[in-house]
Amino acid sequence: MKLKLLTLALFMGLGALAHAAGPKAEVIHWWTSGGESAAVKQFSQAYTTAGGVWVDTAIALGEQARSVAINRIIGGNPPTAAQFNTSKQFLDIVEQGMLNNVDEIALRDGWDKFLPETVLNVVRVKGHFYAAPVNIHMPTWIWYSKSAFKKAGITAEPKSMDEMFAALDKLKAAGLIPLAHGGQPWQENIVFTAMLANVGGTELYLKVMRDRDPAAIQGDAFRKVLTSYKRLQSYVDKGAPGRNWNDATALLITGKAGMQIMGDWAKGEFALANQAPGKDYGCIAGFGARSPYVIQGDVFVFPKTSDAEAIKAQKLLASVMLSPAVQVEFSNKKGSIPVRTDVDSSRLDICAQQGLTIMKDKSRQLGNGEVYLNPDQNGSLSDILTAYWNKNVPVEKVQKDILAALKR
Amino acid sequence: MKARLLHLSRQLVSWSALLPMALTVLVAYLGTVLWSLKVSLTNSRTFPSDEYVGLAQYERLFNNDRWLLSLENLALYGVLFIAICMLLGFLLAVFIDQKVMAEGALRTVFLYPYAMSFVATGLVWQWMLNPGNGIQQALRQLGWQDFTFDWIIDQDMVMYTIVIATVWQASGLVMAMLLAGLRGIDEEIWKAARIDGIPTWRVYVSIVLPMLAPSVATVFVLLFTAVIKLFDSVVSMTQGGPGTASEVPAKFIMDHLFGRANIALASAGSMVLLLTVLALVAPFLYARSRARRREERG
Repeated sequence: MKLKLLTLALFMGLGALAHAAGPKAEVIHWWTSGGESAAVKQFSQAYTTAGGVWVDTAIALGEQARSVAINRIIGGNPPTAAQFNTSKQFLDIVEQGMLNNVDEIALRDGWDKFLPETVLNVVRVKGHFYAAPVNIHMPTWIWYSKSAFKKAGITAEPKSMDEMFAALDKLKAAGLIPLAHGGQPWQENIVFTAMLANVGGTELYLKVMRDRDPAAIQGDAFRKVLTSYKRLQSYVDKGAPGRNWNDATALLITGKAGMQIMGDWAKGEFALANQAPGKDYGCIAGFGARSPYVIQGDVFVFPKTSDAEAIKAQKLLASVMLSPAVQVEFSNKKGSIPVRTDVDSSRLDICAQQGLTIMKDKSRQLGNGEVYLNPDQNGSLSDILTAYWNKNVPVEKVQKDILAALKR
Repeated sequence: MKARLLHLSRQLVSWSALLPMALTVLVAYLGTVLWSLKVSLTNSRTFPSDEYVGLAQYERLFNNDRWLLSLENLALYGVLFIAICMLLGFLLAVFIDQKVMAEGALRTVFLYPYAMSFVATGLVWQWMLNPGNGIQQALRQLGWQDFTFDWIIDQDMVMYTIVIATVWQASGLVMAMLLAGLRGIDEEIWKAARIDGIPTWRVYVSIVLPMLAPSVATVFVLLFTAVIKLFDSVVSMTQGGPGTASEVPAKFIMDHLFGRANIALASAGSMVLLLTVLALVAPFLYARSRARRREERG
């Protein structure tokens, strides 16, 4: 009995202590893999150092985490902050007035001065800052295995789309898997985005994805994008359907496959296998001096609350997550690049440095599909693309279907 | 007077016992069905809205290639799954009914797949069917170089792999239910048949099977609901792929409900499923209740 009372007292004491320690922030996120949780730890440590108490609610799978966050917001028991993608995913909850803005911090720290315009347009809705962007991923990197290139007799890195197809042919002739691919809709989406960016170019990209311009979607230039996308399918091995992206990366690591089009999170897989960029594998952000940098990323939103303590926590979170030092540490663990270009890039690897250089040129920044399309349109587009990749559909029908899907 | 009061209070007791279930049916089933119907007529996205758009969501649904393919897949799957399950389940039940040795152990073996979560067994099936590291690879390593079994990555064959895996899971349940029915059949019938010299298979087909009709009907309803609900096996085995080749309606609905934030379209999809089920099951239930009434009348 005495012991029980003692523990009770101890717990109450601890509770009081925690309360005194500063603003408590419960953060919902979906960073559960090894590299990801190491990255999110940078945030929690920085937040604790800044005097707050971090309560971690990690939920596997983005979709799951987002629906939990939305349900809790509607149910009146919101977390202090919740992760979403840099996208239109949280637009509906903004419009329902269910988020607090962090204008005070954003204006104080000058977010509009250092954030890329693409990201700024996502987090700033009707003049208010509703989300704190935390990283930038580039989903359409072209990775290649140096040992596979050597086996196939390819001496130079491809510099154009034609050279890439030539390299793929050589890899095929050498009996290797030319393109490592995982046959899942989102991965096909990435391959398509890469083709739209590199074959179509920035202007067509924006016309199709942002303006949803019928003339552009039905035009010849976009048809060429689609046929290049379909052509890549002929370089994929038979075992691709259903394969996970990291298993495809493993094919590059073991030298069984030549290239893979995948986001910069693939670097984590190479790192785990003790491979170094520039030495064992190469990274191509795009072809030519004008190739766009496709931006995809994560943000945190701050559900509406009138609790002064919680609002204090939300502000502290927003300012900690975007501080330059934390940004670099986080990105190093996550494989992304910082959302601000005014950071010390010497600690980043060569692929990330290359990316950051491209991203500094404003005219080369583009968002991925999620940035311009709502989840519904994006999903319909993905259905059409994955059907086209796997079946023999006339390209004209694909154009017509995409037009119909994006009209809504 | 006293008798009537007693009668009334008895009725009250039985009604109050039924009340929780009645409320559940009214609120949880009918209420949510009506709510889904309402949402399906609006332009709701992440949140339900009150802006009615008529049948626009249904129109969009039936212009959607993936939804149409999902319905086709479900029909193909449903026919094959129910037919094969019934046949295999019945044969297994007859086999066990022959008073075989180690009956208990065999029964457990056949029923075991049903006791396991398909999320786990589906993954094992996926590995086995994967041409790179499954059955195909194993047999090739054993010397059959030309052996090919790559249905799971084949556009046209992938649905059959789902039939195979789910039949493996559900036929044990069919066996258990039909076996219970078989054990309920009077020994005298068997004796009479033996005296008359009727072959065993004939007794099963012409006498036993008709007597099992109620069990068969129950099994059918169970399998039918399993078909409509088909989701976990597809997700764990193929994720709807390759491409969209093994998409099913439940997955379409789930995708739109959460990831794609379009609860209106998802609700329209579930209303269509509900109507399909009613259209198929209602005549069946009606026929059964009429048959029962005829029997009672004698």
